[in-house]
Amino acid sequence: MTLIISNVVKSYGRTPVLRDVSLFAEDGEFLALLGPSGSGKTTLLRVIAGLETAEAGAVTFRDEDLLAAPVRRRRIGFVFQHYALFRHMTAADNVAFGMRAKPRAERKPAADIARRVEELLGLVQLEGLGGRYPSQLSGGQRQRVALARALAIEPRILLLDEPFGALDAKVRRELRRWLRGLHERTGLTTIFVTHDQEEALELADRVAVLKDGALEQVGTPEELYHDPASAFVFEFLGDAVRLPCTVEGRIAIIEGAGVPIIGGDVAAGAAIAYARPSDFDLAIGEGQGVQARVRTLSSAGTDARIECVLSDESVVEVRIGLAEAAKLAPRDRVTLRPRHVRVWR
Amino acid sequence: MASAGAAARRDPPWLAISAITAAVAYMTLLLLLPLATVFLEAFRRGVETFLAAIGDPDAISAMQLTLLVAAIAAPANTVFGLAAAWAVTKFNFWGKSALVTLIDLPFSISPVISGLVFVLLYGAHGWFGPTLDALGIRVIFTVSALVLATTLVTLPFVARELIPLMQHQGSDEEAAAATLGAGLWRTFFFVTLPNVKWALTYGVLLCTARAMGEFGAVAVVSGHIRGETATMPLHVEILYNEFNAAAAFSVASVLALFALVALAVKSLLEVRFADELAAQRQR
Repeated sequence: MTLIISNVVKSYGRTPVLRDVSLFAEDGEFLALLGPSGSGKTTLLRVIAGLETAEAGAVTFRDEDLLAAPVRRRRIGFVFQHYALFRHMTAADNVAFGMRAKPRAERKPAADIARRVEELLGLVQLEGLGGRYPSQLSGGQRQRVALARALAIEPRILLLDEPFGALDAKVRRELRRWLRGLHERTGLTTIFVTHDQEEALELADRVAVLKDGALEQVGTPEELYHDPASAFVFEFLGDAVRLPCTVEGRIAIIEGAGVPIIGGDVAAGAAIAYARPSDFDLAIGEGQGVQARVRTLSSAGTDARIECVLSDESVVEVRIGLAEAAKLAPRDRVTLRPRHVRVWR
Repeated sequence: MASAGAAARRDPPWLAISAITAAVAYMTLLLLLPLATVFLEAFRRGVETFLAAIGDPDAISAMQLTLLVAAIAAPANTVFGLAAAWAVTKFNFWGKSALVTLIDLPFSISPVISGLVFVLLYGAHGWFGPTLDALGIRVIFTVSALVLATTLVTLPFVARELIPLMQHQGSDEEAAAATLGAGLWRTFFFVTLPNVKWALTYGVLLCTARAMGEFGAVAVVSGHIRGETATMPLHVEILYNEFNAAAAFSVASVLALFALVALAVKSLLEVRFADELAAQRQR
């Protein structure tokens, strides 16, 4: 374990932001901190970088106490959500800043710095744009300058705060793939913060889910998706339907229908069952199971999407075969039965 | 089609014309006319009278004194303004909002009061007056008092220009500089200062212009000793009270010229660095 975060506590005034967070990152790992806004993910990142101070706890990197060192000696690359490029400097000067800020004894000669800047701009695919000012670059280009600038100090860890947050969807997807490739080439231990579960699941080796300043679950994207530790994780990672139920052993009784429970055991009695829309079977007419009405039908595709409204006004979009869908019309009564559910109290 | 649409969206011509006329008339009446009068009156009795008035030893002494006071007050408030703006916008500390309010105080209180407080503190019967007197130090009715009063009155100019801009810019760039290994001074001189240099230039020029023109506070503490503690505005007043309008306007025109030079410098800088300014504004 390269980076170890243990029992970190932090609050703003009386509001706790990080409650006893412990986490580690392996050498060369790509770790995501995922959570809604206000979950403390950015604060944790800033504590590691030294931009915020922890009230309690420790952060060590290869047995070195990171919290004891001032920000500028930590050699941790940080990429800010809004880039934080030096607006009065060209892209090349931005990238060179860290190398020029070194103490005179360690500083490379100007020619070496210039060569390294060219290399880094090449690495982030911005060859020939070194003379541009940040205002003359697009959002994606600025983000890559920020990345090159952070890489220029040969950081021991790379931290990215919502790296794609301010970009449009198409650029986001491109940059995401590119960043994954870059990580594979550099092998740098990287932690990035995001509130987008798709981004976390697609990019990261492991994902740490935060809620209200505490770690909810840490695991590979597969573990998180297929074995969520809590209702929060389940709901955060995809569309979820909540159904009141009664637990009897490994069966949840939902409106008269018995549905097998997957995941951990829950004591018998009233509970809430959770299912993904894709877990539902649809039967025409009334029967045992969740009663619903068809709101809209869309048959333009390889299968039909049926939007169903439950009695509590929540909406579930179910996919069924086109032949089956042909028998349905809006406002028809249907019965939904999940094939399996997860249950939490 | 496009032009018809544009025409429909445009305001009626009479609105634009009357708005422009009103603005020009207002400016002419309140700004241009009085300024023109100063220069006209200065030269009404001929160039020789003008030259004699500004060549007078007392007038020269007043000009030197005004420039000296401004040369001390403006740099002092530049250093203070930078330090205050940096502290207020980049750090969190107890009493921050109180400090911001206090900085504005010299704007809201009458300069006469700013002068009187120094008399109260350092005057012969003031709090520190007897102590200072015993030490052989005189403040009131000396150049020191002029500098103190002027510095107090012009204190907000630089800080006021910088604080809103630095608040808007936030401290992300400083944080970035720190993660890249830069220390406090490097961050200040290579990141913070270049980002505010235009606001700073503007603040310093305004501060200088105001320092040269300060009258109220200076009038209270100066004692109006001709050739010794009379700055240009005070000298103008003395001449005017002696019914020497020609000389008064001559000195006043030089004072106005100093202020105009400050503005001209600002405009020149804006033209010279237009590209850089435009590049920064796009963000």
